Amino acid sequence: MARTTTKDAQALIQSFRSAYAATPTNLKIIDIYVIFAISTALIQVVYMAIVGSFPFNSFLSGVLSCVGTAVLAVCLRIQVNKENKEFKDLPPERAFADFVLSNLVLHLVIMNFLG
Amino acid sequence: MGAAQTGVKLDLFNFSLKSLKLKTKQQELLIRVSVLCLVYILAFITRLFSVLRYESMIHEFDPYFNYRTTVFLTEKGFYEFWNWFDSESWYPLGRIIGGTLYPGLMVTAAFMYWVLRFLRFAVHIREVCVLTAPFFASNTTIVAYFFGKEIWDSGAGLVAAALIAICPGYISRSVAGSYDNEGVAIFALLLTFYLFVKAVNTGSLAWALGSALGYFYMVSAWGGYVFIINLIPLYVLVLLITGRYSMRLYVAYNCMYVLGMLLAMQIRFVGFQHVQSGEHMASMGVFFLMQVFYFLDWVKHLLNDKQLFQAFLRITVTCAVGVGALALGVGMASGYISPWTGRFYSLLDPTYAKDHIPIIASVSEHQPTAWSSFMFDFQILLFLFPAGLYFCFKRLSDATIFIVMYGLTSMYFAGVMVRLILVATPAVCLISAIAVSATIKNLTSLIRKKSKAPHGASVKGTTTAKASSKAALDQSLPFQVNGAVALLLGAFYLLSRYAIHCTWVTSEAYSSPSIVLSARGAHGGRVIFDDYREAYFWLRQNTAPDAKVMSWWDYGYQITAMGNRTVIVDNNTWNNTHIATVGRAMSSYEDEAYDIMRSLDVDYVLVVFGGVSGYSSDDINKFLWMVRIGGGVFPVIKEPDYLVNGEYRVDKGAAPKMLNCLMYKLCYYRFGELMTEYGKPPGYDRARGVEIGNKDVKLQYLEEAFTTSNWIVRIYKVKPPSNRW
Repeated sequence: MARTTTKDAQALIQSFRSAYAATPTNLKIIDIYVIFAISTALIQVVYMAIVGSFPFNSFLSGVLSCVGTAVLAVCLRIQVNKENKEFKDLPPERAFADFVLSNLVLHLVIMNFLG
Repeated sequence: MGAAQTGVKLDLFNFSLKSLKLKTKQQELLIRVSVLCLVYILAFITRLFSVLRYESMIHEFDPYFNYRTTVFLTEKGFYEFWNWFDSESWYPLGRIIGGTLYPGLMVTAAFMYWVLRFLRFAVHIREVCVLTAPFFASNTTIVAYFFGKEIWDSGAGLVAAALIAICPGYISRSVAGSYDNEGVAIFALLLTFYLFVKAVNTGSLAWALGSALGYFYMVSAWGGYVFIINLIPLYVLVLLITGRYSMRLYVAYNCMYVLGMLLAMQIRFVGFQHVQSGEHMASMGVFFLMQVFYFLDWVKHLLNDKQLFQAFLRITVTCAVGVGALALGVGMASGYISPWTGRFYSLLDPTYAKDHIPIIASVSEHQPTAWSSFMFDFQILLFLFPAGLYFCFKRLSDATIFIVMYGLTSMYFAGVMVRLILVATPAVCLISAIAVSATIKNLTSLIRKKSKAPHGASVKGTTTAKASSKAALDQSLPFQVNGAVALLLGAFYLLSRYAIHCTWVTSEAYSSPSIVLSARGAHGGRVIFDDYREAYFWLRQNTAPDAKVMSWWDYGYQITAMGNRTVIVDNNTWNNTHIATVGRAMSSYEDEAYDIMRSLDVDYVLVVFGGVSGYSSDDINKFLWMVRIGGGVFPVIKEPDYLVNGEYRVDKGAAPKMLNCLMYKLCYYRFGELMTEYGKPPGYDRARGVEIGNKDVKLQYLEEAFTTSNWIVRIYKVKPPSNRW
């Protein structure tokens, strides 16, 4: 059972990597950005677990800034991806402008909330 | 000459006809815009009955607090307002106003006031407050138009705007002078929903951002935002289950949730509730579910291999469910996530409040709704609602699913609590508008087709095969046109009845300020009872500035706002024990009550009494709730002591404790000497229709200070302790 699972996992990772290699570069850049944001959020959560969540608003604003950034970037990725037929009539420039606007609001609120 | 003139005329005629023909679309636009403008004005003026009948004044209880805080905000500025510690209420505890209110309404009114001032309109802040609710009702009609346009078509939008402009369910909370949170909150609620549906339809981040901002405004204005933060996740969940998941939904929900949550945390009264209270956990769960769902979808798309994906699915789903359950369990067990509050429970289980929280059950607007009030508030919309649901199901889309879910859930809540009819009203209006618009469109197209077909045949002499086949199809149903005309006439009759009903309800039921009472006199003329303001004015003029007034909590806001005196309890019922103490004092014997009042530093006691005027919502009728709330905290007060065989009475057969408790004495002091009605013995209580049981009331520790002209408000002074014994 365990052997089949590891085998499965290996095959999975292999085919995943080969499939991912075909992704356009601009989407890959967004992916790296998302992974960076999520790992920053995880680091903060681990830090909170060790040290404590005392200035709770600071912790929340830190984590939510990362989560928000990641989510907005994923939205941008969805919108600029050419394979998504739902967003055919949405030009990438408009998508990027929306992304910047949302980030602006997000970080203005974060700055207010940081305390 | 004449010929030339006719030629010119003909030319002109031709020209105008041509231009008209060319501009059909523009004409349609013109009609639409002018209808919207008329609806906008109508929504405003139909709410002005109370101003015309009485005067420009603030109504009821809660609005007085909002008014007082708004005045404070305009006078002292935002920072003072935000840090305001109010020592005039909840004596001796006080209240941190900035942290315990929804500031949206006050900030909105103050902002409008400043704008008007800046434009050199010398308005008084009271006028702005009085007209805030009608103004926002007008804005709601515009939002309803766009919402209707988004879910159906512009015709449905127009009908929705017209319906919501005069719907009594909404008017009940937005007449001029009812300066309450709901007035702006319904606008914010509808705006949030509209922008969210727009975001789902377009998949654009900008609309989702707009929706988050609308949500922020809603959170700042009213506690009912909990409805939004639970309805939207529920909607997303339904879409996921029914297989309507799309990238657009992902963009709309996630952006709206993250930004909306962050923005909502800026309101101090809400604070960290979005990550800590059980009521908001559904939205967070759906947020994580969306991420997992998206991730799975993406991997599936990337792998393009069923078997591998199955294996992957197994691993991920097990992990995700495990982590989610663990997080929820730890959160609940450690008390980090607070359980649901009583108000929330009482919504899910209507009998909960009756058994556990008397202070919620005692408020009349928290009672379950009677059928008649549905009929009263919705009239024909009640019948159009199911028809609209039918049309929605017939043309199912993401937007119609949303409005169906909004309608059904809010209808349920409207059945649980009277005041939540307000939340259901926009949904009912929109769905009914779909029914009306779709029906009328079908009928008119039928009539027009019929009348056009023979006309076209006579002019051109030839008909295409398609048209002839259609005509043949139509001819198979006899009297179709006549039927359609009859149905159209019927629809117009019903709609005009609706308009008449709405106007009647507004003018008769919802436009009384309840601060000034009016009744029909013996000769049919209107009699005005202005006792409340008389009493509060007396307090303002004749008592020491630091005097403390004890009354039942209903009148707390009014006493602080109009009388400018400190109160023990008020309508912000945050401390049940404090209210129970007042309830205990009111239901004890005079000597026991005196000790309680001394311990609370009470200088004056204010009671509301309707025995002379026949005003039925007075303190004697509310008295059993005081006993219940007092008894809930202090078991020395027992409800059966005040009842005789389970019956509540004030005449000779009343319970002895009832006849001698403080409330009874204060209300009926010297009442035994008074002839209230011809042909009845002295001491005849007109509100309850009985002769009172204890006509010889003697007060030992209090003395009468002031009684208004119709005896509605009676104020007593607490005597200082006697210096010999």
